Amino acid sequence: MLSNFFSYIIQGTAITIGVTLVALPFGLLLGLLMALVHTYGGKISNRLAAIYSLLLRGVPPIVLLFILYFILSGKVINLTPFWAGSLSLGIVSSAYQMEILRGALLAVGGGQMTAARAIGMSRLQAIQTIVLPQALRLAIPPWSNEASIVLKDSSLVYALGVPEILRRAQQLSATTQQPFLAYGIAALIYFVLVFATNRALDYLSERTKLPTHP
Amino acid sequence: MTNPILETRNLTKIYGKNVIFKDINLKVNEGETIVIIGPSGTGKSTLLRCINLLTSNDGGQVFLDDKEITAKGHNADEVRQQIGMVFQNFLLFNHLTALDNVMIGLTKVKKMPKDKAREKAMEELNRVGLADRADHYPGQLSGGQQQRVAIARALAMDPRVMLFDEPTSALDPELIGEVLGVMAKLAKDRMTMLVVTHEMGFAREVADRIVFMEKGSIVEEGSPDDLFYHPKHDRTREFLWKITELYGKKEKEKGAVE
Repeated sequence: MLSNFFSYIIQGTAITIGVTLVALPFGLLLGLLMALVHTYGGKISNRLAAIYSLLLRGVPPIVLLFILYFILSGKVINLTPFWAGSLSLGIVSSAYQMEILRGALLAVGGGQMTAARAIGMSRLQAIQTIVLPQALRLAIPPWSNEASIVLKDSSLVYALGVPEILRRAQQLSATTQQPFLAYGIAALIYFVLVFATNRALDYLSERTKLPTHP
Repeated sequence: MTNPILETRNLTKIYGKNVIFKDINLKVNEGETIVIIGPSGTGKSTLLRCINLLTSNDGGQVFLDDKEITAKGHNADEVRQQIGMVFQNFLLFNHLTALDNVMIGLTKVKKMPKDKAREKAMEELNRVGLADRADHYPGQLSGGQQQRVAIARALAMDPRVMLFDEPTSALDPELIGEVLGVMAKLAKDRMTMLVVTHEMGFAREVADRIVFMEKGSIVEEGSPDDLFYHPKHDRTREFLWKITELYGKKEKEKGAVE
């Protein structure tokens, strides 16, 4: 029975990973754009980016998920639950990733920008070749945290009917009256995924670290 | 007489109600080394930043090779390629090796092919005596070495003028000499330089002219001998006397910069 349970739930793993692999990069792209606008933009765009972040971070992800899902899979655009859910999750995550990247951009400091401008680089060139490569390095550890949050929050799309890990565990629990086993297996799979993700990002962080001592 | 390479006319900078400097008129001729001295907070650093357009001015003009670079619509990025700048806190690009720090302006700004850029960058590193540190990251270099790489980075762009903003102020006393040595060599090679510094030994030995600034204006300028031995203003005498007394002992121990 255990192996039956396991094989049924683990089929949802591909979907969980799929949701995460859509939501995270989408959130990263959007978050990076917003972080750059907030840091280097003019007064108005700066304000707008701040409001964007404030609104998205001030509302529970599940509530936003329902609102965005309603927009994305409703009359306006017609997306499947998988895509609507993943993109919604990505939008929610973009606000958090924006703050992570903004912190990293500030940590690199204005001096690097000044030095880049002083050898004749344009602002865009300086951001691309000097500031971002350093900021992204600094962002890996906090980003690793956000990656595991998105991975776990991917379980929220179960509410939209996407058959990912949690959805399948719930179905099993309802049909077999074995909630402990069903949710226990789901928990174990999530744990392994999060653990592996954090380990991989730790490795990336270590690999991209800049040498300090000879 | 030839026209100056760099000239400021009535250059003025104001932050809110604070006048940083006002009506600065400065002429730098080809091959000249000019040292700007003066108490902290008199606008020396801001003056340098205004000259290479890192900071906007609030009046006056800057001319480079007789062209007004402060004119509206003038490409500031192009101007900065021609004016090298060395900062107090080095500001090397931390994620790049010494060689890449020097190369990046050549490849990204001047669009030079990689192999040519590498060759040129190695030449410049050699010039500051750091060819053997080419593959070191800034974090692996001492402050003096970082500043010399920063000088090489600026030189690689073949600038018309080099600006130095207190290049040795953040260095251990032991490491100041190697940076001043590189600068003295540049001056000898007739690089045009505008140097803000508190190193009086350097000013006396290397400068063609010394400019004494205080409270946002030029109090007095002249040859090192004139300023050190026959200052026209009491304030100049007072400042030089104080700072020489402060640094005097060190200067004596170190001896004259080559």
